[in-house]
Amino acid sequence: MLDGLNWLLDPAHWTGSRGIPTRLLEHLAITGMTLLIAGVIALAAGLAIGHTRRGRGLVVGLSGALRAMPTLGLLVFIAVQFGFGVRLAIIPTLIVLVVLAIPPILAGAYAGVESVDPATVDASRALGLTEWQILWRVEFPLALPLIVGGLRSAMLQVVATATVAAYISLGGLGRFLFDALPLRDYPQMLAGALLVAALALILDLLFLLVGKAVLPTGVRAARGNRRSKTPTERTAA
Amino acid sequence: MSWLFENLSDVWALVLTHVALSVPPILLGLIISVPLGWVAHRYRWGRGTLLTIAGLLYTIPSLALIIAMPTILGTQILDPINLIAALTLYAVALLVRTAADAFDQVSPQVLDAATALGYGPWRRFWQVQLPLAGPIIIAGTRVVSSSTVSLVTLGALVGMSGLGYLFTDGTQRSFPFEIGVGIVGTVLIALIFDLIIVLIGKALLPWSRTRRVRNKTNAETLEVTTNA
Repeated sequence: MLDGLNWLLDPAHWTGSRGIPTRLLEHLAITGMTLLIAGVIALAAGLAIGHTRRGRGLVVGLSGALRAMPTLGLLVFIAVQFGFGVRLAIIPTLIVLVVLAIPPILAGAYAGVESVDPATVDASRALGLTEWQILWRVEFPLALPLIVGGLRSAMLQVVATATVAAYISLGGLGRFLFDALPLRDYPQMLAGALLVAALALILDLLFLLVGKAVLPTGVRAARGNRRSKTPTERTAA
Repeated sequence: MSWLFENLSDVWALVLTHVALSVPPILLGLIISVPLGWVAHRYRWGRGTLLTIAGLLYTIPSLALIIAMPTILGTQILDPINLIAALTLYAVALLVRTAADAFDQVSPQVLDAATALGYGPWRRFWQVQLPLAGPIIIAGTRVVSSSTVSLVTLGALVGMSGLGYLFTDGTQRSFPFEIGVGIVGTVLIALIFDLIIVLIGKALLPWSRTRRVRNKTNAETLEVTTNA
């Protein structure tokens, strides 16, 4: 562990095109691009499914089917089969990462909208809101915590898989692992592992805070109430 | 296709290794998570501490965890124990929360009734609490099984055997068919494992067929899954 830390603290590893800041930015860029593309697709689909309550089976089926799919296999298959090779490694990487990120975001958006009390939606309709207004002004804000939750788990998967993607000669923090592996440079591998883990933890914390911040005030107050009302449920266990 | 027939015995050996690497993390994860999940359900401090640790563990990318294992365990880099230990930690990280949720949704009145009928805590756990929490724990195990089988392929990146070898070998030889065999093989193993778990669940918990358990938090846990 100390060797890994020493490697991290060596100033020589903090500069240049193979330095830690460059790799970190590459990793963040890949993660950001993926979340943007997957977010647009999955949020649109998830909100539509949640609002209309149609196509629920699609969400469940999609996440179930993808769970067993080995991402490393899919990645190298696309890279080799379509000849993207080393120079265009970003294309297969983005395809695989987007495919991976869609199910959790979709599930979050769908579950978020579905979790909105039907009485609230009916009340909005009775007040004369159009379906579009209901979706954006009622369902979307109330669904936000779960939407952020979906984005958060997508982000974790993308950060982790972007590391694996470095196997096909792309940048990012995974390079430290794969550059060091043939050399048996274990300190560098460990340093790479520590960096990826730290990045994932920091981003996770960030999403956690965002998730708390977007919780509508009314919901927060209601939750406080509900909790104080049901202490009896906790007595027996 | 002829490649597959020519190399059938090699591929079969990889399948067996893959299975041998996948089963211990799933079983160990289950054995460790159920008592921890019970503690998280029973004690407030347990819930906070255990679920936070599980959440943090789950955040760490698996490849990083596999690579860090030799430092933590003092093993060799190529030792399969690293992979098994890392994936067991993952399985626990996922299953502790599911198990805690599963115990939470067992009706307190049922447990009170069992106590009133003279069940002691030990017998009540085995004969009432665990069977009623069973369906959700089984559902969680299915998720863990699929993701574990898929994650075992990552071992190939650090030189371990299993179907992931077909991915690295197929990349080096620019031979997509070999990679495809690896993908299909991995998915098939995951499906067979899933089927086995479903059958075990039906045999052990016949009542879960009639009463569909619908639990929001669990549904969320199930969606949020594989972490490469």
